[in-house]
Amino acid sequence: MIGPSVAWVATETSEEWLVALWRLLTLADYNSRVVILGTALLGCAAGVVGSFTLLRKRALVGDAISHAMLPGLGIAFLAATLSGGDGRSLPILLTGATISGLIGAAAILGLRSTWRLSEDAAFGIVLSVFFGAGVALLGVIQSLEAGHAAGLEGFIYGKTASLSWTDLMAIISAAAVALLLCAMYFKELALLCFDQAYAESQGYSKWWLDGLLMSLVVGIAITGMQAVGLILVIALLIIPAAAARFWTHRLSRQVLISAGIGMAGCFGGGMASALLPNLPAGAVIILACAILFLFSLMFGSAQGMVWRAIRRWQWQQIMLRQHLLRAVYEQAETKTSGPEIAGDFEVRIDVADLMISRSWSKPLLERLVDDAQREGLVTRIGSQVALSRSGWVQAKRLTHQHRLWEMYLITHADVALQQVDRLADDIEHVLEPSIIHELEQLVQGRTVEVAKSPHQLPEPS
Amino acid sequence: MVSDRPATSPHSASNPGDLGANRPMLSPLQVWDLTVAYQRTPVLWDVAFQVEPASLVAVVGPNGAGKSTLLRAILNLIPRTSGKIQIFGDEFSAQRRRVGYVPQRESVDWDFPVSVLDVVTMGLYREIGWLWPVRKQHRARAMEALNQVGIADLAHRQISHLSGGQQQRTFLARALAQNADLYLMDEPLAAVDAATELAIIQQLRAMKQQGKTCVVIHHDLQTVPEYFDSVLLLNMRVVASGPVAEVFTPENLQKTYGGRLTLLDEVSSAMRRQEKLL
Repeated sequence: MIGPSVAWVATETSEEWLVALWRLLTLADYNSRVVILGTALLGCAAGVVGSFTLLRKRALVGDAISHAMLPGLGIAFLAATLSGGDGRSLPILLTGATISGLIGAAAILGLRSTWRLSEDAAFGIVLSVFFGAGVALLGVIQSLEAGHAAGLEGFIYGKTASLSWTDLMAIISAAAVALLLCAMYFKELALLCFDQAYAESQGYSKWWLDGLLMSLVVGIAITGMQAVGLILVIALLIIPAAAARFWTHRLSRQVLISAGIGMAGCFGGGMASALLPNLPAGAVIILACAILFLFSLMFGSAQGMVWRAIRRWQWQQIMLRQHLLRAVYEQAETKTSGPEIAGDFEVRIDVADLMISRSWSKPLLERLVDDAQREGLVTRIGSQVALSRSGWVQAKRLTHQHRLWEMYLITHADVALQQVDRLADDIEHVLEPSIIHELEQLVQGRTVEVAKSPHQLPEPS
Repeated sequence: MVSDRPATSPHSASNPGDLGANRPMLSPLQVWDLTVAYQRTPVLWDVAFQVEPASLVAVVGPNGAGKSTLLRAILNLIPRTSGKIQIFGDEFSAQRRRVGYVPQRESVDWDFPVSVLDVVTMGLYREIGWLWPVRKQHRARAMEALNQVGIADLAHRQISHLSGGQQQRTFLARALAQNADLYLMDEPLAAVDAATELAIIQQLRAMKQQGKTCVVIHHDLQTVPEYFDSVLLLNMRVVASGPVAEVFTPENLQKTYGGRLTLLDEVSSAMRRQEKLL
């Protein structure tokens, strides 16, 4: 039922504000208890169902369905009122909304398959036309009997702050049913989302499983409509599921994390809106979910940007150090004569000579030398460096790999000599031992300590 | 072996008396007069062939010849305009468990959050049944299938981290776990490394030894005689079918790949034009 709008936290002074916060955090108020528990449960169920729709690549279907619900609300209200019933009876309204939501989904499918309209166009048309029709109907209702229909607008933007005990009961039962169904049909839904053709070949009905998933979406949309409004309910289906993708590569964890994020977003958003009563709760809830999404995007343990940036940086450091070692080795090689003592690790190299062997800046080179020295790969004597024993072993191996790859490119891949060095540079760091072995077989015929450079090495003068 | 026309008519094959007498000799797959149309534009015309038990059959033809469509029609994934298909002398729906399918590797999103073992156990979902979770014995059987294709060590790897060849082996393992008798494979050897190709071919030969039949869409004409017993040359209709030695001739290949089937082509595009006018 559409209850009276309650300003459930009124604050005057900071002391009162603190008391209000405390009461809120402990869920002392009946009202805040209902609202926060209700939305949190809704967020949990939406996170679970949303994971499947996201992986089925049908995230926008929920959007179209929820928008298509508005005219159904208006028609149900009008029909009930005109036939003498109570136009604001929740079951009647929700039935109308469900029916028009499903008609909207069917319209999308029809537009796509019968008139071969592209999917995005079909979504755009259905979504806007149904929503426009709904807004127009609300206008008509308002002009018919001003005041009485005001409650219907609550469905568009939600009426979080005035959720009633009955609403909470509805949310609890809908969430429980949705969670139960997802648990019962977990593996079949997963199979449908991953490989629909295979699922069908195994005898699973695409219509049955997709129908189940769509019914769950409709159920969430209907329940969420009262809490966050039909425009924003789609966000509860998409944002937590998308955020969870940054944390895991396992489906079961994806679903649990998504449920947790949806729950936390609704909980936090509900709290915030209670403290800031001028803001619409639905919007605050979505913003709270968005903050969790941004956090996941940055710090998600599976694909978060920060970890990826760190890994990339570490990788770059490894590549730079390998370049340094190879540069020192190659310089040492040119300074000694005869292949037997080539690359003798005791040979000292001027840092200035290293400067010209690659296009690195002086500070970078200095830092690389310092880092390498700290790791015991080189020793620095004044303006000169020499490889340590372990550094020499590494440098020899790296140079060998680099040259093998260069020779492979020249002899087998028909690459111009000038490009070879650059290409070899990128690839040599990712060569696995098995590939190295294959290269050795291919290029050398027999293994040589360190392959000779195919370049005419310029003498550093 | 494949023969141009099924030896028996559909009526006698579905005769229960015949079924009992001929059980060991039953053809794993018989197709009569199969025509399939997408949006009223025919893709397969009047296709008929029959597959011998315990044989490796290549389906060969140019792009757009309807090879994948043929497999999908056999599996009832798409409606057929006309024709009759029998699996072990029976309807597909009744013999579904005996048919394993290896879809094209590109048909799924490999970023999906599951592990290799998860994908392979999907081949057992029907057997596990609704409402039952995957249990230890099923995971063990999935591991066995992974062992057969030589990637048991990757069981717990996320599928997004697989190479193309490993993805293909994963799909093959999923079909193997089902322990079917007839396998339909859509380009299992497309763009895989040499080691994977060898592993898959050895697996196919082992399956043949166990009396299983594999119908494989294949793109590499050079390896057809080496890998397969019989071949189905397809270009919207059956150009030829039968033992590789008899059917895999330059003339037949010319008919399949060379000069397109102009008449069928023209009829198809006429249908397409008409469809746009309507």
